[in-house]
Amino acid sequence: MVSNAPAPSGATGPESARPSSRARGVGIVLVAVYGILALAATGRSTVQIIRNFDEAPVAYSLSALAAVVYIVATVALIPRGPFWRRLAWVTIVFELAFVLIVGTLSIIDAQLFPRDTVWSYYGMGYLFFPLFTPILGLIWLRANRRRDEVAA
Amino acid sequence: MILGFTIAQVAIATLAGSLAIVLGLLGRKPSDLTLAGPVLVELLLIAQIVVAIIAPGAGNAPSGNPLEFWAYLLSAAVIPIAGVAWALVERSKWSTVVVGVACLAVAIMVYRMEIIWTVQGA
Repeated sequence: MVSNAPAPSGATGPESARPSSRARGVGIVLVAVYGILALAATGRSTVQIIRNFDEAPVAYSLSALAAVVYIVATVALIPRGPFWRRLAWVTIVFELAFVLIVGTLSIIDAQLFPRDTVWSYYGMGYLFFPLFTPILGLIWLRANRRRDEVAA
Repeated sequence: MILGFTIAQVAIATLAGSLAIVLGLLGRKPSDLTLAGPVLVELLLIAQIVVAIIAPGAGNAPSGNPLEFWAYLLSAAVIPIAGVAWALVERSKWSTVVVGVACLAVAIMVYRMEIIWTVQGA
Protein backbone atom coordinates (compact mmCIF):
# COMPACT_ATOMS: atom_id res chain seq x y z
CA MET A 1 0.00 0.00 0.00
CA VAL A 2 2.72 2.46 0.97
CA SER A 3 5.17 2.81 -1.84
CA ASN A 4 8.84 2.55 -1.08
CA ALA A 5 9.69 5.49 -3.21
CA PRO A 6 11.76 7.88 -1.13
CA ALA A 7 9.30 10.57 -0.14
CA PRO A 8 10.03 13.05 -2.86
CA SER A 9 11.14 16.41 -1.64
CA GLY A 10 7.82 16.95 0.15
CA ALA A 11 9.53 16.30 3.46
CA THR A 12 10.72 19.64 4.69
CA GLY A 13 12.98 20.59 7.53
CA PRO A 14 16.68 19.89 7.64
CA GLU A 15 16.84 16.94 9.98
CA SER A 16 13.64 15.20 8.99
CA ALA A 17 14.54 14.56 5.40
CA ARG A 18 16.14 11.19 5.90
CA PRO A 19 15.06 8.43 8.11
CA SER A 20 11.40 8.53 8.79
CA SER A 21 9.25 10.12 6.14
CA ARG A 22 6.56 7.58 6.78
CA ALA A 23 6.66 7.92 10.56
CA ARG A 24 6.50 11.66 10.05
CA GLY A 25 3.59 11.27 7.67
CA VAL A 26 1.65 9.16 10.13
CA GLY A 27 2.44 11.80 12.72
CA ILE A 28 0.97 14.48 10.46
CA VAL A 29 -2.27 12.54 10.04
CA LEU A 30 -2.34 11.95 13.78
CA VAL A 31 -2.04 15.67 14.43
CA ALA A 32 -4.90 16.33 12.00
CA VAL A 33 -7.13 13.79 13.75
CA TYR A 34 -6.25 15.24 17.14
CA GLY A 35 -6.98 18.72 15.87
CA ILE A 36 -10.44 17.71 14.68
CA LEU A 37 -11.12 15.91 17.95
CA ALA A 38 -10.00 18.96 19.89
CA LEU A 39 -12.31 21.16 17.84
CA ALA A 40 -15.25 18.80 18.27
CA ALA A 41 -14.73 18.43 22.02
CA THR A 42 -14.26 22.15 22.54
CA GLY A 43 -17.38 23.06 20.59
CA ARG A 44 -19.50 20.51 22.32
CA SER A 45 -18.37 21.21 25.85
CA THR A 46 -18.74 24.95 25.34
CA VAL A 47 -22.34 24.43 24.26
CA GLN A 48 -23.04 22.07 27.15
CA ILE A 49 -21.61 24.44 29.74
CA ILE A 50 -23.38 27.51 28.36
CA ARG A 51 -26.70 25.75 28.00
CA ASN A 52 -27.19 23.64 31.08
CA PHE A 53 -24.18 23.11 33.25
CA ASP A 54 -26.33 22.37 36.31
CA GLU A 55 -27.83 19.26 34.79
CA ALA A 56 -24.60 17.34 34.93
CA PRO A 57 -21.71 19.29 36.36
CA VAL A 58 -19.39 16.29 36.59
CA ALA A 59 -20.01 15.11 33.04
CA TYR A 60 -19.74 18.56 31.54
CA SER A 61 -16.61 19.45 33.47
CA LEU A 62 -15.01 16.27 32.19
CA SER A 63 -15.96 17.18 28.64
CA ALA A 64 -14.29 20.54 29.07
CA LEU A 65 -11.22 18.87 30.55
CA ALA A 66 -11.13 16.47 27.59
CA ALA A 67 -11.27 19.41 25.22
CA VAL A 68 -8.33 21.13 26.88
CA VAL A 69 -6.27 17.94 26.96
CA TYR A 70 -6.93 17.31 23.27
CA ILE A 71 -5.77 20.81 22.42
CA VAL A 72 -2.57 20.35 24.45
CA ALA A 73 -1.95 16.94 22.87
CA THR A 74 -2.45 18.38 19.38
CA VAL A 75 0.06 21.12 20.02
CA ALA A 76 2.53 18.78 21.75
CA LEU A 77 2.63 16.41 18.80
CA ILE A 78 3.89 19.04 16.39
CA PRO A 79 7.35 20.24 17.55
CA ARG A 80 10.34 18.05 18.18
CA GLY A 81 12.40 17.89 21.32
CA PRO A 82 12.24 16.09 24.64
CA PHE A 83 9.91 18.53 26.36
CA TRP A 84 7.21 18.23 23.72
CA ARG A 85 7.63 14.49 23.48
CA ARG A 86 7.14 14.18 27.22
CA LEU A 87 4.11 16.45 27.13
CA ALA A 88 2.65 14.34 24.32
CA TRP A 89 3.23 11.19 26.36
CA VAL A 90 1.57 12.65 29.45
CA THR A 91 -1.49 14.00 27.68
CA ILE A 92 -2.02 10.89 25.58
CA VAL A 93 -1.64 8.51 28.53
CA PHE A 94 -4.06 10.76 30.41
CA GLU A 95 -6.58 10.49 27.57
CA LEU A 96 -6.28 6.74 27.39
CA ALA A 97 -6.72 6.42 31.15
CA PHE A 98 -9.74 8.69 31.17
CA VAL A 99 -11.51 7.17 28.21
CA LEU A 100 -11.19 3.79 29.95
CA ILE A 101 -12.19 5.05 33.41
CA VAL A 102 -15.02 7.33 32.31
CA GLY A 103 -16.13 4.84 29.67
CA THR A 104 -16.45 2.13 32.32
CA LEU A 105 -18.07 4.42 34.90
CA SER A 106 -20.60 5.68 32.37
CA ILE A 107 -21.76 2.12 31.92
CA ILE A 108 -21.82 0.98 35.54
CA ASP A 109 -22.87 4.27 37.19
CA ALA A 110 -25.34 6.10 34.99
CA GLN A 111 -26.23 8.31 38.00
CA LEU A 112 -22.86 9.99 37.91
CA PHE A 113 -23.04 10.57 34.16
CA PRO A 114 -26.62 11.52 33.36
CA ARG A 115 -25.37 13.22 30.19
CA ASP A 116 -22.77 12.24 27.67
CA THR A 117 -19.20 13.34 27.85
CA VAL A 118 -16.65 12.92 25.10
CA TRP A 119 -15.46 9.81 26.90
CA SER A 120 -18.82 8.23 27.72
CA TYR A 121 -19.20 4.67 26.47
CA TYR A 122 -15.57 4.74 25.39
CA GLY A 123 -16.18 7.65 23.03
CA MET A 124 -19.09 6.08 21.19
CA GLY A 125 -20.54 9.48 20.30
CA TYR A 126 -17.30 10.18 18.46
CA LEU A 127 -17.13 6.88 16.58
CA PHE A 128 -14.75 5.54 19.25
CA PHE A 129 -12.05 7.90 18.06
CA PRO A 130 -11.28 8.88 21.67
CA LEU A 131 -10.56 5.20 22.36
CA PHE A 132 -8.21 4.38 19.54
CA THR A 133 -6.44 7.66 18.81
CA PRO A 134 -4.51 7.55 22.12
CA ILE A 135 -3.49 3.97 21.36
CA LEU A 136 -2.27 4.97 17.89
CA GLY A 137 -0.56 7.98 19.43
CA LEU A 138 1.33 5.86 21.94
CA ILE A 139 2.38 3.39 19.26
CA TRP A 140 3.64 6.26 17.14
CA LEU A 141 5.53 7.89 20.01
CA ARG A 142 7.10 4.57 20.93
CA ALA A 143 8.17 3.78 17.37
CA ASN A 144 9.64 7.23 17.06
CA ARG A 145 11.56 6.95 20.29
CA ARG A 146 13.07 3.66 19.20
CA ARG A 147 14.12 5.21 15.92
CA ASP A 148 15.69 8.15 17.75
CA GLU A 149 17.65 5.76 19.93
CA VAL A 150 18.86 3.78 16.96
CA ALA A 151 19.86 6.97 15.24
CA ALA A 152 21.73 8.21 18.27
CA MET B 1 -31.92 21.94 7.13
CA ILE B 2 -33.13 20.44 3.89
CA LEU B 3 -32.86 16.67 3.81
CA GLY B 4 -31.94 16.37 0.14
CA PHE B 5 -29.23 18.98 0.50
CA THR B 6 -27.90 17.22 3.60
CA ILE B 7 -27.68 13.92 1.73
CA ALA B 8 -25.86 15.62 -1.13
CA GLN B 9 -23.38 17.22 1.27
CA VAL B 10 -22.68 13.98 3.12
CA ALA B 11 -22.31 12.07 -0.15
CA ILE B 12 -19.94 14.60 -1.73
CA ALA B 13 -17.85 14.99 1.43
CA THR B 14 -17.59 11.21 1.81
CA LEU B 15 -16.62 10.78 -1.83
CA ALA B 16 -14.08 13.60 -1.77
CA GLY B 17 -12.65 12.29 1.51
CA SER B 18 -12.33 8.69 0.35
CA LEU B 19 -10.76 9.76 -2.94
CA ALA B 20 -8.16 11.93 -1.21
CA ILE B 21 -7.27 9.24 1.33
CA VAL B 22 -6.84 6.59 -1.36
CA LEU B 23 -4.81 8.84 -3.65
CA GLY B 24 -2.76 10.08 -0.69
CA LEU B 25 -1.88 6.56 0.40
CA LEU B 26 -0.96 5.80 -3.22
CA GLY B 27 1.60 8.56 -2.93
CA ARG B 28 -0.05 11.49 -4.70
CA LYS B 29 0.75 14.96 -3.56
CA PRO B 30 -2.15 17.39 -3.24
CA SER B 31 -3.45 18.17 -6.73
CA ASP B 32 -6.24 20.16 -8.30
CA LEU B 33 -8.31 17.00 -8.24
CA THR B 34 -7.88 16.24 -4.55
CA LEU B 35 -8.22 19.88 -3.52
CA ALA B 36 -11.36 20.42 -5.60
CA GLY B 37 -13.15 18.09 -3.15
CA PRO B 38 -12.64 20.17 0.01
CA VAL B 39 -13.27 23.39 -1.92
CA LEU B 40 -16.63 22.05 -3.09
CA VAL B 41 -17.39 20.82 0.42
CA GLU B 42 -16.61 24.28 1.79
CA LEU B 43 -18.87 25.97 -0.77
CA LEU B 44 -21.68 23.62 0.21
CA LEU B 45 -21.11 24.46 3.88
CA ILE B 46 -21.34 28.16 3.12
CA ALA B 47 -24.60 27.46 1.28
CA GLN B 48 -25.68 25.48 4.34
CA ILE B 49 -24.97 28.47 6.56
CA VAL B 50 -27.18 30.62 4.33
CA VAL B 51 -29.89 27.96 4.39
CA ALA B 52 -29.70 27.72 8.19
CA ILE B 53 -30.10 31.47 8.53
CA ILE B 54 -33.08 31.67 6.17
CA ALA B 55 -34.88 28.41 6.97
CA PRO B 56 -36.40 29.28 10.38
CA GLY B 57 -38.01 32.40 8.86
CA ALA B 58 -39.39 30.27 6.04
CA GLY B 59 -41.24 27.90 8.34
CA ASN B 60 -38.46 25.34 8.71
CA ALA B 61 -37.24 25.88 12.24
CA PRO B 62 -34.95 23.43 14.02
CA SER B 63 -36.62 21.26 16.64
CA GLY B 64 -33.25 20.66 18.27
CA ASN B 65 -30.94 23.08 20.01
CA PRO B 66 -29.85 25.93 17.72
CA LEU B 67 -26.70 26.69 19.74
CA GLU B 68 -25.46 23.14 19.36
CA PHE B 69 -26.35 23.16 15.68
CA TRP B 70 -24.40 26.34 15.04
CA ALA B 71 -21.39 25.10 17.00
CA TYR B 72 -21.26 22.12 14.67
CA LEU B 73 -21.86 24.12 11.51
CA LEU B 74 -19.24 26.77 12.20
CA SER B 75 -16.66 24.19 13.33
CA ALA B 76 -17.34 22.16 10.19
CA ALA B 77 -16.90 25.24 8.03
CA VAL B 78 -13.40 25.78 9.44
CA ILE B 79 -12.16 22.25 8.75
CA PRO B 80 -11.88 22.23 4.91
CA ILE B 81 -10.17 25.62 5.00
CA ALA B 82 -7.62 24.31 7.48
CA GLY B 83 -7.13 21.15 5.41
CA VAL B 84 -6.53 23.02 2.16
CA ALA B 85 -4.23 25.53 3.87
CA TRP B 86 -2.25 22.60 5.24
CA ALA B 87 -2.01 20.99 1.82
CA LEU B 88 -0.74 24.22 0.28
CA VAL B 89 1.92 24.70 2.94
CA GLU B 90 3.16 21.13 3.08
CA ARG B 91 3.09 19.43 -0.29
CA SER B 92 3.51 15.81 0.64
CA LYS B 93 1.31 12.79 0.07
CA TRP B 94 0.32 12.88 3.73
CA SER B 95 -1.30 16.24 3.22
CA THR B 96 -3.55 14.56 0.68
CA VAL B 97 -4.51 12.06 3.40
CA VAL B 98 -5.13 14.91 5.84
CA VAL B 99 -7.44 16.61 3.33
CA GLY B 100 -9.33 13.33 3.03
CA VAL B 101 -9.67 12.97 6.79
CA ALA B 102 -10.94 16.56 6.95
CA CYS B 103 -13.65 15.85 4.36
CA LEU B 104 -14.79 12.72 6.20
CA ALA B 105 -14.97 14.68 9.44
CA VAL B 106 -17.24 17.20 7.71
CA ALA B 107 -19.44 14.37 6.41
CA ILE B 108 -19.90 13.10 9.98
CA MET B 109 -20.59 16.58 11.32
CA VAL B 110 -23.20 17.37 8.65
CA TYR B 111 -24.91 14.09 9.50
CA ARG B 112 -24.93 15.08 13.18
CA MET B 113 -26.28 18.52 12.26
CA GLU B 114 -29.24 16.96 10.50
CA ILE B 115 -29.98 14.90 13.61
CA ILE B 116 -29.72 17.94 15.87
CA TRP B 117 -31.95 20.00 13.54
CA THR B 118 -34.69 17.39 13.36
CA VAL B 119 -34.45 15.83 16.83
CA GLN B 120 -37.81 14.91 18.29
CA GLY B 121 -39.02 15.95 21.69
CA ALA B 122 -36.18 18.32 22.50
